[in-house]
Amino acid sequence: MNVRKLLGAALGALLLGSGAAAADTVKVGIIGPFSGPFALQGKNFQAGVEAYMALNGKTVKGNDVEVIYRDLPAANPAQARALAQELVVKDKVQYLGGVYFTPDAMAITPLLEQANTPLVIFNAATSAIMKTSPLVVRTSFTTAQTTTPLGKVVIDNGVKKVISVVSDYGPGIDAEGAFKKAFEAAGGQVVDAIRMPMNTNDFSPIMQRVKDSGAEAVFAFLPSGPTTLGFVKAFNETGLKKAGTKLFAPGDLTQESDLPALGDAAAGMLTTFHYAVSHDSPENKTFVEAASKAIGNPAELSFPSVGAFDGMHVIYKMIEATEGKQDAAKAVDAVKGLSWTSPRGPVSIDADTRHITENIYLREVTKQADGTYINKEIQTFENQKDPGLAAK
Amino acid sequence: MQTILSVATDAFAYGMVLFIISIGLSMTMGLMRVVNLAHGAFAMIGGYIASYVARDLGWGYAPAIVLAVAGTILLCAPLERFLYRRIYGKPELLQVLLTIGITFCVIGITNYFFGPTLKTIPLPSVLAQPVDIGFRTLAGHRIFVIACGIAVAAALWFLIERTAFGIKLRATVDNAAMTDALGVRTPTIYAVAFSIAVGLAAFGGVIGAEFLPVEPYYALRYMVLFLVVVTVGGAGSILGTVVACLALGAIDTVGRYLMPEFGNFFFYAAVIAIVSAFPRGFFGRAQ
Repeated sequence: MNVRKLLGAALGALLLGSGAAAADTVKVGIIGPFSGPFALQGKNFQAGVEAYMALNGKTVKGNDVEVIYRDLPAANPAQARALAQELVVKDKVQYLGGVYFTPDAMAITPLLEQANTPLVIFNAATSAIMKTSPLVVRTSFTTAQTTTPLGKVVIDNGVKKVISVVSDYGPGIDAEGAFKKAFEAAGGQVVDAIRMPMNTNDFSPIMQRVKDSGAEAVFAFLPSGPTTLGFVKAFNETGLKKAGTKLFAPGDLTQESDLPALGDAAAGMLTTFHYAVSHDSPENKTFVEAASKAIGNPAELSFPSVGAFDGMHVIYKMIEATEGKQDAAKAVDAVKGLSWTSPRGPVSIDADTRHITENIYLREVTKQADGTYINKEIQTFENQKDPGLAAK
Repeated sequence: MQTILSVATDAFAYGMVLFIISIGLSMTMGLMRVVNLAHGAFAMIGGYIASYVARDLGWGYAPAIVLAVAGTILLCAPLERFLYRRIYGKPELLQVLLTIGITFCVIGITNYFFGPTLKTIPLPSVLAQPVDIGFRTLAGHRIFVIACGIAVAAALWFLIERTAFGIKLRATVDNAAMTDALGVRTPTIYAVAFSIAVGLAAFGGVIGAEFLPVEPYYALRYMVLFLVVVTVGGAGSILGTVVACLALGAIDTVGRYLMPEFGNFFFYAAVIAIVSAFPRGFFGRAQ
């Protein structure tokens, strides 16, 4: 399916390439993990892009928009750079988009100025990326942005002592730092901070540590997928949940595509995040409908799709402002301060940081009448900027 | 004291999970002398079948286990007949290339048909509940896994050491030409042994799914772990695999409890130390 689409896109690009000069085709290169262990995230990129183009047409001010997908299965900076270079030099794209992992984004940003090409990041969530080039715009989130409101939430839940448990890798350490800062500012105490090795399969010893620490709640951050499932199950089975210990986390842990597997084990878990597929708004309803059609299986839809959807919105606005001409600086200037209503709620591009300002929602994993689980939004923190950038 | 007991219980339970998933590989590598990197793929196929039977068809856990084991053996029988039979007794490199290729094919096929999301195998309510064992609660399915591990170890030991089939299998492994000459149908012996190993892989994949969740990359993700267990225990030795699993489970669990920030340091340090002291693993036989 993916391969066929990619081939189709490549073929389309070739066919159109010959007549491009006359028809004014603006090409957009999207880099994402379309195969391999993270293929689901790439599929979501593609669904978001296709949904946007299905709803808003394939032309902007008379310029045809052509999307070229490039597959980068796992974090690989050297390959990311090579793919970006190829897109710019060979395929002559005017815009780059996508990018799931931070190291890949960091490898691409040094090229932008010379290539006269803006990069719109659909996911890669480390604050520092924005500093590496003035031609980067981001429509996803940062770990600090989604984690910070959690500090207050935990206090509001009457919890004063928390143990932080994160996977020992970049985003995990970011989350630990952001939570600690926010929680201690709100008057809480982080009694212990544990960093677990990435390939932990059995979490019982960690749960024993949690029990011994005497904390009233756990703050956790792990990469989504098998590890999260194991972690949440161990939390229940060792009796921590029953004993009343609460579990808080950023929404990465309960992304919609994992919820059917997590199921009852995660019920009641509180997370903060920028987007839930169940978000109640007319914009989101339209989006979910279009994106579900694009992705094929609605159960696979999760947050990267909305980053891609809004990313395409930004790219369309850039094309509009430059009237299809290649002018990266003008394009980026045009979207600084841009605000619109995204499927996730009201958002804007911060003029200083070029990072998205958005609402962060507190959600509870809730069972619906039909037996499926959703992230039910129960509280809104409006217009959150990226505190990670402000701090540095 | 209670903490020590509690961590010890966790270590024991984790060790038994390792055992139940790795014993099939120990059998193929030790008794059949095939470096089978597709072992994880077989375990994963079992997991997928069980998930389909228990979750999508809703037939329950016990039928899921039986069908998963039977289904995986059936699916893999043609592999044995047409692929594995060519690599018995061939150089390891050939075996590694063929079996890693099979693994990639299985990953691609499952990804295509079942999608990249996690699949769960719903447990019956008896196993899903935490059980109070006096000083703490332990998940019901862990106790089940421990019981299964002990049963599998005992049954395998009996099969290999005490039955006519076991004698023929050991003879075939030691000298296939001579065994053939004595009138034993060695291809049949190999096919049956392979089926048993595949069945054990599937069984482990299903029972262990609570620890190692089923998804397409299962086949590669845990392969190193399985190989480490077999290497430390000594390929082909049931007792060796049990000892290796309990030792590694204990080191890993205690390491993670005391110093999680050291990561897998203790685990691999122990592996290096054990393999240096026992180059063939704890109870590996001289080749």
